[in-house]
Amino acid sequence: MPKLKIDNVEIEVEAGTSILQAAEQLGVEVPRFCYHERLSVPANCRMCLVELKGSPKPVASCAMPCGDNMEVFTDSDLTRKARKGVMEMLLINHPLDCPICDQGGECDLQDQALGYGFDRGRFAENKRAVEDKYMGPLIKTIMTRCIHCTRCIRFCDEIAGVSALGAMGRSEHMEIGTYIEAAIGSELSGNLADVCPVGALTHKPYAFTARPWELRKTDSIDVMDAVGSNIRVDARGAEVMRVLPRLNEDVNEEWLADKSRWAVDGLTKRRLDRPFAKKDGKLQPVSWNDAVALAGAKLKSAGAKSAAIVGDLVDAESMLALKDLMAALGSTKIESRQDGAKFDTTQRAGWLFNPTIAGLEQADVVLIVGSNPRWEAPLIDARLRKRQRNAGLKVGVIGPKPDLTYPIEHLGTGADVLQQIADGSHPFAQTLKNAKNPVLLLGSGATERADGLAIHALARKAAEANGIVRDGWNGFAFLHRAASRVAALELGFVQQGGDLETIYRGCEAGEIEVVYLLGADEIDTNRLGRAFVIYQGHHGDVGAHRADVILPGVAWTEKHGTYVNTEGRAQLARQASFGPGEAREDWKIIRAVSEPAGHKLPYDTLGAVRKKLAAAAPVFANVDRVTPATWASFGRDGAVSATPFVLPIDNYYMTDPVSRASPTMAACVREIIEGNTAPNSASGAKKTGTHG
Amino acid sequence: MLKDQDRIFTNLFGFESFGLQAARARGDWDNTAAIIAKGRDGIIEEMKQSGMRGRGGAGFPTGLKWSFMPKASEKPCYLVVNADEGEPGTCKDRDILRHDPHKLLEGCLVAGFAMGAHAAYIYIRGEFYDESSSVQKAIDEAYDAGLLGKNAANSGWDFDVYLHRGAGAYLCGEETALIESLEGKKGQPRNKPPFPAMAGLYACPTTVNNVETIAAAPTILRRGGAWFAGFGRPKNQGTKLFCISGHVNNPCNVEEEMGIPLKELIERHAGGVRGGWDNLLAVIPGGSSCPMIPREVCDTVLMDFDALREVRSGLGTAAVIVMDKSTDLVKAIARLAKFYMHESCGQCTPCREGTGWMWRVMERMARGNAKIEEIDMLLDVTKEIEGHTICAHGDASTWPIQGLFRHFRPMVEQRLRDYSALTKAA
Repeated sequence: MPKLKIDNVEIEVEAGTSILQAAEQLGVEVPRFCYHERLSVPANCRMCLVELKGSPKPVASCAMPCGDNMEVFTDSDLTRKARKGVMEMLLINHPLDCPICDQGGECDLQDQALGYGFDRGRFAENKRAVEDKYMGPLIKTIMTRCIHCTRCIRFCDEIAGVSALGAMGRSEHMEIGTYIEAAIGSELSGNLADVCPVGALTHKPYAFTARPWELRKTDSIDVMDAVGSNIRVDARGAEVMRVLPRLNEDVNEEWLADKSRWAVDGLTKRRLDRPFAKKDGKLQPVSWNDAVALAGAKLKSAGAKSAAIVGDLVDAESMLALKDLMAALGSTKIESRQDGAKFDTTQRAGWLFNPTIAGLEQADVVLIVGSNPRWEAPLIDARLRKRQRNAGLKVGVIGPKPDLTYPIEHLGTGADVLQQIADGSHPFAQTLKNAKNPVLLLGSGATERADGLAIHALARKAAEANGIVRDGWNGFAFLHRAASRVAALELGFVQQGGDLETIYRGCEAGEIEVVYLLGADEIDTNRLGRAFVIYQGHHGDVGAHRADVILPGVAWTEKHGTYVNTEGRAQLARQASFGPGEAREDWKIIRAVSEPAGHKLPYDTLGAVRKKLAAAAPVFANVDRVTPATWASFGRDGAVSATPFVLPIDNYYMTDPVSRASPTMAACVREIIEGNTAPNSASGAKKTGTHG
Repeated sequence: MLKDQDRIFTNLFGFESFGLQAARARGDWDNTAAIIAKGRDGIIEEMKQSGMRGRGGAGFPTGLKWSFMPKASEKPCYLVVNADEGEPGTCKDRDILRHDPHKLLEGCLVAGFAMGAHAAYIYIRGEFYDESSSVQKAIDEAYDAGLLGKNAANSGWDFDVYLHRGAGAYLCGEETALIESLEGKKGQPRNKPPFPAMAGLYACPTTVNNVETIAAAPTILRRGGAWFAGFGRPKNQGTKLFCISGHVNNPCNVEEEMGIPLKELIERHAGGVRGGWDNLLAVIPGGSSCPMIPREVCDTVLMDFDALREVRSGLGTAAVIVMDKSTDLVKAIARLAKFYMHESCGQCTPCREGTGWMWRVMERMARGNAKIEEIDMLLDVTKEIEGHTICAHGDASTWPIQGLFRHFRPMVEQRLRDYSALTKAA
């Protein structure tokens, strides 16, 4: 524990702490560009130079570990002179095109130039111009602005796990680039623009659209996967201009996956902005009154012969309302697992990510079963990678061999391997047994098949037999893909002893007369038979195409809603903008339909709904924290098939109605998955700047 | 003047073969096992006594450097020989590599043993193609003769030597950049701490030494530290290779005693300045990064670390660049500024941006196209770079410019005034 003085204030810090970190603990600001707390320390920007007593030269505080009896001066003449010098050097070849730069207003270089720079330039030569690079559909580059901090290179290498970026050339001719002109093949590439301290890498979809001071910033929760990333939604008027990550060490740290960030431009496309009803075999616009009356009447007449399926993006409040309505109608045919997954829903421990996401940083062995976390939950994959880098996490995979950006041991493709691990005959079982904190990550590829229930039980056995679940550690991690799923399971929005198939059969047999689809778009609508379909949702997608009546709801950025992530962490999404046209908040629509349906729901305010939510399951009363589950037996013993697991996602960028409507996600498919570079990328690369 | 029997590099001019047989005839590999028998501490003590200071330019005491290597290490230790000689004006290692490689190999063995290393990497400048061929041939010979490999030279110490060719970056001569390059990465200097002796090549304890330092070691250990320390002045002891180039009648490499007067060195070995001593304008005494010294200083200065430091220059690699009165000093320094701009690794802001700035201003000044105030601005820019970078490249890029203005500012100012008058007239 070295003790040192920073600006004559004594501080004792843990060994290995850098001077910069120690200064931060004291609240002393040290300017920096290349230093980023989650990346390695290259100490190349030299902005954080400080005077160290006894050292003839100023030292880079980000890289210099604290030592006993050091005396550091962060505001001495020597320090100030060094900073001014570095700032001047950073600016001589920087184009100073702030008025046309998208980073303007939220630029580290701007801020620090104001605080630490000269008030005029002395550089009379021509400035350097650098050719712009192509980095895919999400990152716009203006490389003349680059200050060579190498944060982007380190992010790619260390966090994203794709060695896509590097520095070419040396001296003032050094350029950051991809070398091969190709989109950056990472699901985390949007973060590159966030880590860039200047306007060299900016968000392509956001280019020239808004200034940061025009935006209304709302803290919210992401719904593109079941991670529940904390986001900030920046809107101007009714339009969401961009989504940025918010810091939450327990969930997404400070990163955000690309789909979560940029699928939002799908919110302005293919929206359901008014009610429709089918007349003469065609959907026609109708008034809200007519639509609600029609839906209510149909439900009333069907009574217990109604069914409800909820989709992936639905908030807990709406699901509660729909469940209450279905219960009042006497129907138990409710289902949230629209992917057809079969697993035992009776025990919370059986369908939660029990070790928690942050808990993965204690794990030393992970067995992934039927999942590609890189596509199902990119930020969980990033955590695994982080653990892999820091502590050599061992990863075994059963299922199709994925590229997870870190080394894995591919154990096999089917449930037979899981069987061997459960009975101890597979060598990996020993690895799990020897591990301190082993994790079994069960993906939806393992349960979305006929023997899902048996696999669920088998996974439990494998966990119990190999020390994955024991006192003080529960490493059974069920990875969901849908933001709504855990809340639905908490509410019991599932059929006991049934699944989606049961509803399909009911429809085909005519036992179900009305199906209420709440944002359910991943289902096979051909199997709804002759049932009357009420579709409530925000996008004209699969569900709306089959609908007999359409009730336009709003998307997650347009309402207050509760989401529970795969860990069992309830979080509140807040309204950032307004839905289009006549679209209404979803729980209110259901509340409205309940009246003509003959069972008026007993709540009129969001507060009342939330009170009911908290009463329905304790998780909803425990916002922002994980509500842990107690271990119990689950699953149903049975034969498992050796058929290889099939991964549920074959296209990361399009998994739901919003991302399917998003032009940016379409560009990602075209440029990242299919590898077609932007049509004008070769000729589009142009020099910017005043040309040297 | 150094007597012939006191020369270490007896085949510096390449009059004899570089091969093993000839090398043995010159005394190399003569009972190397006896040197090893002195033990690690014995060798390091002898090196400390010899007063040898690193010949790569910085002049760090060699024995002390070797003693920094951990006595007991879980990780392997490495010796890395810096044969990436690229400093303009310097050409001493090249002659060792091509004419006396066995001195270097024997040095690798004894130095490697002294630091507990079982492997040495010789990182040779990529442009030294012929030299690398000679060294590789010598390595092969040494292996065949049992001088390297298992139980090298019957010393009981296993020792391997690998030759690695660089790819043409001056900066890879910086020890940590060299290590990075050797690891297959982009040659950029590392932050210190940790120093290479703690975490160097592949994060293992590593010592990087100059070719001349390592090649001189066996002779020093054979003849004794006291012998070597008998040359030169205190703290500046031993013999040294001087590379004399530029406006002299007979440019040459020569081994001389440290502390020889510059004038004697030039007149005796290089045939004097072209046109006589009075035709001398300035000398860069230690390779391109050392500030130049004007003729008045050259008259009396001694060629060693401390004497040259006193006149605000440095011995560096002892590459003496002589410039007579026909030299356009501003143009010469502008050319050096371009070199440092081109060879900056681009990592640290001040060096990456500042070297180009300085070069451009120097180019204008060489033509006279600058304001007189810009001289002070330029010197201020050099101060913004100096001491603010990870490695010494930033510092090295500023010193030639500072040296020029320290001694020849009136000349530059006159040029700027002349140009200004000329353009005004036109």
